[in-house]
Amino acid sequence: MTTPSTAPQEQRSDDTGRAAREMRVARRGGPPWAGGAGMPVEKSMDFGPSARRLVGRLAPERLGVVTVITLGIISVALSVIGPWILGRATDVIFAGVIGRQLPAGTSTEEAAAAARQAGNETFANVIEGSDVVPGVGIDFDLLGGVLLAVVAIYVAASLFGWLQGYLLNGIVQRTIFRLRRDVEDKLNRLPLRYFDRQQRGEVLSRVTNDIDNISQTLQQTMSQLLISLLTVVGVLLMMVLISPLLALVALVTIPVSVLVTQQIAKRSQKQFVAQWRHTGSLNGHIEEAFTGHELVRVFGRRREVEAGFRERNERLFDASFRAQFISGIIMPSMMFIGNLNYVLVAVVGGLRVASGSMSLGDVQAFIQYSRQFTQPLTQAASMANLLQSGVASAERVFELLDADEQVPDPATPAVPATRRGRVTFEHVSFRYAPDEPLIDDLSLTAEPGQTVAIVGPTGAGKTTLVNLIMRFYELDSGRITLDDVDTATMDRATLRSGIGMVLQDTWLFGGTIRENIRYGNPAATDEQILAAARATYVDRFVRSLPEGYDTVIDDEGTGVSAGEKQLITIARAFLADPTLLILDEATSSVDTRTEVLVQRAMAALRSDRTSFVIAHRLSTIRDADLILVMESGRIVEQGTHDELLAARGAYYNLYSAQFSAAAAEVE
Amino acid sequence: MLLRLLREHLRPYSRPLMLVVLLQFLGTMASLYLPSLNAEIIDRGIALGDTGYIMSTGGWMLLVTLVQIICSIAAVYVGAHTAMGFGRDVRGALFHRVGEFSAREVNQFGAPSLITRGTNDVQQVQMLVLLSCTMLVTAPIMCFGGVVMALQEDVQLSWLMVVCVPVLVIGIGAVIVRMVPGFRSMQTRIDEVNRILREQITGIRVVRAFVREPEETARFDTANAELTDVATRVGRLMALIFPIVMLVLNVSSVAVLWFGAARIDAGQMQIGALTAFLSYLIQILMAVMMATFMVIMIPRAAVCAERIAEVLDTESSVAPPARPVVPREATGALELRRAGFAYPGAAEPVLHDVTVTAAPGTTTAIVGSTGAGKTTLLGLVPRLFDATSGAVLVDGVDVRELDPEYLWSRVGIVPQKPYLFSGTVASNLRYGNPDATDAQLWAALEVAQAADFVRAMPEGLDAPVAQGGTNVSGGQRQRLAIARVLVRAPQIYLFDDSFSALDLATDARLRAALRPVTATATVLVVAQRVASIRDADQIVVLDDGAVVGIGTHDELLGTCPTYGEIVASQFSAEEVA
Repeated sequence: MTTPSTAPQEQRSDDTGRAAREMRVARRGGPPWAGGAGMPVEKSMDFGPSARRLVGRLAPERLGVVTVITLGIISVALSVIGPWILGRATDVIFAGVIGRQLPAGTSTEEAAAAARQAGNETFANVIEGSDVVPGVGIDFDLLGGVLLAVVAIYVAASLFGWLQGYLLNGIVQRTIFRLRRDVEDKLNRLPLRYFDRQQRGEVLSRVTNDIDNISQTLQQTMSQLLISLLTVVGVLLMMVLISPLLALVALVTIPVSVLVTQQIAKRSQKQFVAQWRHTGSLNGHIEEAFTGHELVRVFGRRREVEAGFRERNERLFDASFRAQFISGIIMPSMMFIGNLNYVLVAVVGGLRVASGSMSLGDVQAFIQYSRQFTQPLTQAASMANLLQSGVASAERVFELLDADEQVPDPATPAVPATRRGRVTFEHVSFRYAPDEPLIDDLSLTAEPGQTVAIVGPTGAGKTTLVNLIMRFYELDSGRITLDDVDTATMDRATLRSGIGMVLQDTWLFGGTIRENIRYGNPAATDEQILAAARATYVDRFVRSLPEGYDTVIDDEGTGVSAGEKQLITIARAFLADPTLLILDEATSSVDTRTEVLVQRAMAALRSDRTSFVIAHRLSTIRDADLILVMESGRIVEQGTHDELLAARGAYYNLYSAQFSAAAAEVE
Repeated sequence: MLLRLLREHLRPYSRPLMLVVLLQFLGTMASLYLPSLNAEIIDRGIALGDTGYIMSTGGWMLLVTLVQIICSIAAVYVGAHTAMGFGRDVRGALFHRVGEFSAREVNQFGAPSLITRGTNDVQQVQMLVLLSCTMLVTAPIMCFGGVVMALQEDVQLSWLMVVCVPVLVIGIGAVIVRMVPGFRSMQTRIDEVNRILREQITGIRVVRAFVREPEETARFDTANAELTDVATRVGRLMALIFPIVMLVLNVSSVAVLWFGAARIDAGQMQIGALTAFLSYLIQILMAVMMATFMVIMIPRAAVCAERIAEVLDTESSVAPPARPVVPREATGALELRRAGFAYPGAAEPVLHDVTVTAAPGTTTAIVGSTGAGKTTLLGLVPRLFDATSGAVLVDGVDVRELDPEYLWSRVGIVPQKPYLFSGTVASNLRYGNPDATDAQLWAALEVAQAADFVRAMPEGLDAPVAQGGTNVSGGQRQRLAIARVLVRAPQIYLFDDSFSALDLATDARLRAALRPVTATATVLVVAQRVASIRDADQIVVLDDGAVVGIGTHDELLGTCPTYGEIVASQFSAEEVA
C-alpha cells in the first residue's frame, strides 16, 4: 500500500488548517528514522494556547474548582497568619528578656531614658519599640495563650489544606479520565487514512505516553502550583502589612527570580527538546536493530550498528547532561536569591529594630515570610520543566483530537429493503494521493450468492477495492451500492455488520481463543462458537493445546502459529454469519493441506452469500462465478474461469505461469 | 538487583561521586552556617543595637551564601554528568549484550520488551541516580550537620529533635507504605489501558469491519474507570502528605518557642540561639521529608533494574568459539547431521534427527505444514539458533567451530517477514555489501523483479524506505529483501518462504532469473507452493519436525504420502493427471 497524503474531502473541524499543517511538518521532521525525506524541522512549541486549552478541560468541574480555590485560600491564609502570631510570641519572649535586665519598679520611659543617659541610644529605642515591663521576665500565661492560638491555626490550616488536596485530586483524575475517553471516542471517528498516514508507533505514543505524561504533570503540578501561587499572594500581603519598607526589599527579588528562571529555562528547554529528539533517534535505532536482529547478525553489520548506536547514545548523553545541568542550576540560583533576600531582610530589619521602629518579633516573622516567599517561587520554577513537557504532550494529544474526522453517518441513514448481498460499483474512482489514481472508473456487479474473485499483480488495487466496499475510505467519484442502496447514504455500522471480513494480517486481541472467536458475534453461545471452530478446522488444533479454548493469545506468541491464528480469524468471520463475505488472501499463511480443509469450510460458508475473494493461488478461485483481473487500478478482464482461459488474455498468462509447467511435468 | 547494577556500573564514577558528596557537604555546611550567623545578628547586633556588627555579619552571610551556590552548582554539574553517563553506559552494555544474542534469546524476551528495557527502564534508574546525587545525598548531611549545629546552640533543647524527626518519619512513612502498592497496581492499570489502545489501533480494520466500536469503547471505559479509581485512591493518600508535613513542622516550631522560652527566662539560653535552633529544626525536618519521598522512587527503579539485569545476565546461546577452525576449502557445502532443536523445557522438540546434505550448485526445497519446523531448520545454518542435538556443517566444519564473521560472510538469508531498514532503497540493498556499485544494485533488482517498481519511484535507488519497509507493499518488500541478499552474493542462500507475497507470474519470472545467478551456490528454499519448488534438485518433506521424505518431485510423488497430499491440495485431480 502506498503512503497516502492528505485527504481533501474529509470534514474539517475548526482549527484544522493549523493542525493539518503542523501534522505535515511533524511528519516530515518527526520520526527520526524518516531518513532522507526532507530536512529535519524543529517544531516550535505553542505553549500558551495549549496550556490554556488544557486548563479549559477543567471546565466541567467548575464548581469543584471554585471550592478548591476557596479552600486553598482559607488554608493558605491561615498558614500565612501563623508566622505573624508566632512573631508575637517572640516579642513576648524578647520583652521578658529585656525586662529582666531592667530594674524592677521603673516605667518603660524611665528605663529608656536611663539607657539614653548611659549613651546607648539604640538600646533605648529597642526598649521603646517592645512591650517591656521592667523587672518582669517572660509572661508565660500570655506566651501560652499565643502559642495555643498558633497551634489551633496551624491545625485548621492543615485540615483545610488536606480537604483542598483531596478534592483537587478528584478533579484532576476525572479530567484525565475524560481526556482518555475523548481520545478513545476520537479514535473511533478518525478515518482510516489517518492511521495509514501516521506511523503506527507515533499514534500509539500519542494516546499512551503523551496522555500518561499529561496525567502525571497535572497530578504533580496542579495542587502545588495553586498552593504556591496563593502563598506568594498571601505572604506578600502579610509582608506589606508588617513593614512596607521590608516588603519592598523582598519584592526586589521577584523580578530577579523571574528573570533568572526565564533565562535558564529558555536554555534548558532547548536542551530538553534536543534530549527528546535524541531519545527518539536512539529509540528508533534500538528498535530497528532489535527487530532486524537476525539480519544485522547474518549480514555482518553488528559493528556498524553498534557504532551507530554509540554515536546516538553519546549525543543523547550530551544533550541530557546539558538539559539536566542547566535546569539543575535553577534550584541553587533560586536558593541563592532566597538567601540574598534573607540577608537583606536581616540587615535592614536589624537596623529597624535598632532604631525602635520595628519589633524583633516582626523581623522574625518577616524572615519566615521571605523564606516562604521564595520557596513557592523556587517550587514553581522547578515545576517549569515538568509543565513544559506536559504541555508539549498536551499539544500532541490536542493535535490528535483536532484531526479531520471521517464524514459522519447521515442523520437519516438509508436501509436496504432486503439483505440479499447485491453489490455494484458504478464508475468508482479512488486515490490515496492526489496524483496517483489507484482505482479509476471501475464498474462491476456482483449478484446475490455469487463468488467474485479478484486476481492481479501486487499493487493492482485488489485490497483497496474490498476496502471501499467496507467504506474504510470515501470515494473520489462514482458510487457503490449494496442491495441497490448507495453505501455512502447508509450508516457505517449497518453496512459493516452485514459484511464478514478476513484480512491478510491476522489481528487477534489479547484474550482467549474463545473470546477471539466470539468477537464475530458477542451474542453467540458456546455451542455456536464450537460449531464455527469445527467448521473452520480451528477445533482440530485447539484440542492439542493444553488450555484448549482458554489459551490466551498474546503478542509474544503462545504456541499458536500464524496459520492457526488465521484460522481463528476465519472462525470469527464464520460466527458473524454475514450476507457478504470478503476474504483478502485469507489463507496465505495457512499451509496448503490445511487450506484444502478451510476451502471446504469456506465453500459452505459462501454457499448462500455474496463473496469477494482475493487470492494468489488461482486454484482456490476456479469455481468463482466471476473473476476480475485487475491491473493498476482497472479491471482488464472479467468472466468465469473457462471464459477467461478461452480468451487467452491476462488471466490465461497468470494461470499458465502457475499450472502449465506443473501439469506437464506431473504427466 | 538495583544495588548490584548500581555498584557495577557506577564503579568508574567513584571519583566524581566522591566529589559530589564533598561538594554537597560543603554546600550544606554553608547553608547550615547561615542561621547561626543570623543568631549572632540578633544577639549581638539587634539586641545590643550594634549597627556596624549587623552590617559586617550581613556581608559575611552573603559570602557564605556564595560558597553555597557555587558548591551546589558544581554538585549538579558532576551529578548530572555521572547520572547521565551511568545511563549511557548501561544502555551501551545492554545493547552490546543483545547484539550477542541468538534469535532464541531475542524471541525469549521479545523485541518490544528488549526495546523497553533498553530505553524506559534505563531512564528510570538513571533518574534515581540523578536525584540521589542532587537530593538524596544532601539529606543525611543536612540531618547530621543540623544536629551538630543545633547542639551547639543548645544541648538541652535537642530532645525536641528526638521527638520531631520520628514523628515526621512515621507520619509520612505510614502514608507512603500504603501508597507503594497503590503505585504498583496503578502501573498495571496503565499498562492495561495502553494495551487496549494498542490493540484498537493495530486492529482498527477488524474492529471496524465487525462493528465492535461500542464494545471496544466499553472495554476501554472499564479499564479507564479502574485506572482512575486506583489513581484517585493513591492521589488521596498523596494529598495527606503535605498537610502532615506542615503540621509537624509548625507544631515543632511552636514547641521550640515554648520550651525555649523557659530556658531563656532561666537565663540558660539566648534569644538568638532560639531562632537559630528553630531554623535548624526546620532544615532537618525538610531533609528527612525529602529522603522519605525518595523512597517512593526506589521500588519502581528496583523493578526496572531487575529487568535490565535480566538481560545483562543472559548468556548468548551461540557463543563464538574460542579457537575458530578455518575450513580447507570454502565451497558452501552444507550438511545437517542428525540435527535437532528443542526450546529449553519444551516437551516436544521442534526438529529432530534431520539429516540433509546440500551440495554447491544445487537447490534444496523444504516443504511441510505450518509449524513443521522449516524456519527453525534454516535458522540453524547461520546460527540464529544452535542445534541442541546433532550438528550443522558448512564446508565440512561444525558451524559452532567457525568464526561467526566467516560463517555469516558465506550465508545470505531472506527471512519469512522481510524486514527493511530505514534509509533508502540503495542503503538497504548495500546492507550486506557496502561497496556494491549502482550497476550491481540494478542487476540484483532485475533478478529480483524489483527493477520496474524501483525505476518507477521518482527518487529511484534513493527512494526513502520507512522503518520495517512499511511504505512499500508486502510483495515489494520481499523482492527488495531478495535483491539485498543477491547484492551480498553469498555461497549459501536461505529463502524462507520468500515468494509468498508475489503473484504467480512474478514468482515464476523471479525463479527463472534466479537460476543463473545462484548457479554455483547452495540454495535452500522454504516454500508453500509446489509450483515454486517443483524444479528443485531435492525436496525435503518435513512433518512435525522430522524428515518424512527426500527426493525429487517425481520420486516423492510415488513414495511420500505427505508430499502427495501437499501436491494434491494445490492441483486438482485433472491438473495432476
